[in-house]
Amino acid sequence: MNEGRKEVLQLVFLLVGFIFLVKLFFIQIVEDSYKEMAGVNAIRKEPQYPIRGIIKDRNGKLIVYNNPEFDLMVILHEVKHFDSTRFCQVFEKTPQELRDLFNNFRTEIRNRKANQFQPFPFLRQLSTQDLAKVQDHMDEFPGFFIQDRTTRAYASKAVANAIGYVSEISKNKLEKDKSGFYRQGDYIGQSGIEAYYEEYLRGKRGVKHLMRNKDGVIKGSYEGGKYDTLSVPGQDLVSTIDLTLQEYGAFLLNGKAGSIIAIEPSTGEILAMVSGPSYDPNLLTGKNYSKNFALISNDSLKPLFNRPLMAQYRPGSIFKIAQAMVALQEGVITPETRIRCDRSIINCHGPHSNEDLRGAITNSCNPYFHNVLRRMLNKGKGGNPFDDTRIGLAEWDKHIMSFGFGKRLGIDLPNEKRGLVPSPEYYDRAYGGRPWKFSNIYSIAIGEGENMVVPLQMANFAATVANKGYYFTPHLIKSIGSTGMPLPQYLEKHYTTIDSANFRIARDAMERVVEAGTAQYRAKLKDIVVCGKTGTVQNEPNPDHSVFIAFAPKENPKIAISVYVEYSGQGGRAAASIASLMIEKYLLGGTQRPNIEEYVLKGKFLH
Amino acid sequence: MIYGAMVLWGWLNIYSATYDETQSIFDLSLNSGRQMMFIITSSILILAILIIDMRFYETFAYIIYGVVLFLLLLVPFIGKEVGGNRAWLGFGSFGVQPSEFAKFATALVVAKFIGTIGFRMDNIRNQVILFALIGAPIMLILLQKDYGTAMVFMVFLLVFYREGMSPFLLLVGLGVAVIFILTLLVENNWILFGMIGAAWGITMYMNRRKKIKRLAIITAGALVLAFTITSVEFIFSNLLEEHHQKRVMVLINPELDQLGAGYHVYQSKVAIGSGGIIGKGFLKGTQTKLKFVPEQYTDFIFCTIGEEQGWIGSLLMIALFMGLLLRVVFLAERQKNRFARVYGYSVACIFFFHFATNIAMTIGLFPVIGIPLPFFSYGGSSLWSFTILLFILLKLDAHRMHVLQRL
Repeated sequence: MNEGRKEVLQLVFLLVGFIFLVKLFFIQIVEDSYKEMAGVNAIRKEPQYPIRGIIKDRNGKLIVYNNPEFDLMVILHEVKHFDSTRFCQVFEKTPQELRDLFNNFRTEIRNRKANQFQPFPFLRQLSTQDLAKVQDHMDEFPGFFIQDRTTRAYASKAVANAIGYVSEISKNKLEKDKSGFYRQGDYIGQSGIEAYYEEYLRGKRGVKHLMRNKDGVIKGSYEGGKYDTLSVPGQDLVSTIDLTLQEYGAFLLNGKAGSIIAIEPSTGEILAMVSGPSYDPNLLTGKNYSKNFALISNDSLKPLFNRPLMAQYRPGSIFKIAQAMVALQEGVITPETRIRCDRSIINCHGPHSNEDLRGAITNSCNPYFHNVLRRMLNKGKGGNPFDDTRIGLAEWDKHIMSFGFGKRLGIDLPNEKRGLVPSPEYYDRAYGGRPWKFSNIYSIAIGEGENMVVPLQMANFAATVANKGYYFTPHLIKSIGSTGMPLPQYLEKHYTTIDSANFRIARDAMERVVEAGTAQYRAKLKDIVVCGKTGTVQNEPNPDHSVFIAFAPKENPKIAISVYVEYSGQGGRAAASIASLMIEKYLLGGTQRPNIEEYVLKGKFLH
Repeated sequence: MIYGAMVLWGWLNIYSATYDETQSIFDLSLNSGRQMMFIITSSILILAILIIDMRFYETFAYIIYGVVLFLLLLVPFIGKEVGGNRAWLGFGSFGVQPSEFAKFATALVVAKFIGTIGFRMDNIRNQVILFALIGAPIMLILLQKDYGTAMVFMVFLLVFYREGMSPFLLLVGLGVAVIFILTLLVENNWILFGMIGAAWGITMYMNRRKKIKRLAIITAGALVLAFTITSVEFIFSNLLEEHHQKRVMVLINPELDQLGAGYHVYQSKVAIGSGGIIGKGFLKGTQTKLKFVPEQYTDFIFCTIGEEQGWIGSLLMIALFMGLLLRVVFLAERQKNRFARVYGYSVACIFFFHFATNIAMTIGLFPVIGIPLPFFSYGGSSLWSFTILLFILLKLDAHRMHVLQRL
């Protein structure tokens, strides 16, 4: 009666075995999530943060270096028996602060920026002192651990805007980042050199695979460190900046709005680039970053505004040098051409009446250059005054832009502005299709009107004149890592459309400006031949801007400089004083004219 | 042979599960070292079993059964508590679990009873006695709150089935279990009532020409099932303890509570799942070695195999068990007397139950209950108990010819 029951039982046994195999097949081979989970479970991938490259000045002085800092990380999954009272006690937080921290974390999880299995930076940027306090208590908080990395420190306040700053990568940037290099909580250069050279400075992150047991206790490295990678430190940079000169510039510009840029003409290396007002870059490191950043970015003086590249001004009279070069090149005048100082259309200043080109530059004669520009724009090539001006302006633009005006020079900093050299199309737009001719646009003759330049372009212009017709793109970094070389584009000479012979006139005239012209009282130096040109940019109803460009010495120039001081009246005063002091500092190591330095520091230029 | 392979493999796995680079597999302070002791003592046991005259087991079945029951009775009073269960009797530094030995004792006594000349399964009185025989240890073990081991004895139903018991009881039991789970899964009980009603109607129709008695039984079965539905809520929330409730709920919805009640199963699946096809290699399992899997050298020993030897290893292990089970059934079938045959089936069914529930629980097909995997799990009592079970059968088998001669 029990036939077949043996087979039934055997069948049941085999069936169960088979079901197990199938189920195991799915768990072990088909499904991947368990394998991932096992990794998350047992292996902690600890990122090895690279050391960010440091930046030194041209003489080997430290500008930017790194300070150790510590983040308190948490893996929520592993937090057990969390004692909030104790936490507040150890980490010196109020219960409300702790609640905020958790709320922040929860928001991140909700936004899928964090999850409970991955380390999340819970408390950022603990100092070495903080660490000493909490270190012994870490075992009371399972799931929390300390991760060390470095934060930026700035040896000098004077280079703030050029160097920029570093901060945690924003969510926005993180989403746009295609390289996959960055993770949440990573630091990234946000402006200045820190941003421009980010890929050199940042280095490469390494990873250490650590095995840990279920309590999070580290049990050694995984497979003897087979999969670990070392972090590669970022490359160190050597800046073209002369920190002494830079600091002196910041000292002189203190309390004023404006910029100073000094360039070595033979290389395009920027010796100093000061933006005023500025800020203390050390405020933007460490854990008070967000508070301080809000403070600085909301400051009405705009200390984060990097004037040397971002402030667009009318160039003023310094533009007459370029005007003269172009006119000579076009052959509309010779150095001997004399033009009567007819003040009926444009006013002028000083006692002169009928100057040649040198005299016109030295005395900054407005009617002379008004006349010169007319000769250039109206050469009779067009059938009527409108077309004539259009053709002339296009030719003029080409020459002016070859000096680097009206376009981005390509300095190794972000956010450079291009300025403006008005083109025929520009005037078409400005006049809304109505016709225009020379008499509408003549203000550009003396660097007023529609012309716009940034201080960097003015310094580059001074360097170009110093070089008799070419320039190297100004740059701030002369050596990346161990190469000893800057980026390749900074080794390239850019020639202007002007013959080098024509620069002789400009150089002579600029020498005269300092020797006997508008800059004779405050820019003339005893042992050094300084060539310069003042500019006084009209700024109704506010006081004029004070502008001065210069290079020195005349033969084999070592430094070209532009100084722009806002609301400070004539170029011969504030700007010329500062520029000449900078030249002295660089070439002689200090000023021989303490009265001029005092005059600058006093800062009363309008009287 | 299978026995040897399994014990050795199990031993290596226990070593791996508790592996800590500084210690040797023979270190007595480690579980693997102690398991080695157990293996050695098991060998001595084997010798003893094989030496003792085979008639001893049959003759003294009731006495052995009585002694074990007595020990079980003692446990709640003088036992020591391990892992929440008071199931241990201490002898010096080692403890034994009488409940483990109750298995072979019960197997012997059941075999003896069924083997009695003139035994008929369809005799109600005989059935009652059989149920009492397995009921007694169940009750005593339940007193220790060791539900897992208590459930093992249910497997004797399979033996009874083999020996002629109507499958009806098994089916109803299976039905009750299925309905129980379904009730927890399906929100609306009326759907289930409807299903039972339909099943009842169909069965009644198919059996319409049969006796009234059978129709009555079917109706009774349907009523029992229907009653189960209504009582599930009550049983679930009142009779089961809270951690059992959770374990059942976790089975139904594994994602429910990964850090709490579902932790065992979840971590166990992670460990097994991370093994892949060929596993991570001996001693290289991260999940088991780093103690993510709880009880990884006893009840969850299979995780070590799954993780370190992968699917291939699991396949091999399941094949070993299948081989063992079928071999035992084969041995049982070739016995000439009923005692030996019933005993053989008891052994097969007990092994089967352990194997099936243990693996099922590690891969999340069954609620977590503390059931060791025969020969693999760490533990002296269980190893000895399984060894005794198996080798008594071998002894009986070796003398099956003598039985013939004696008759």
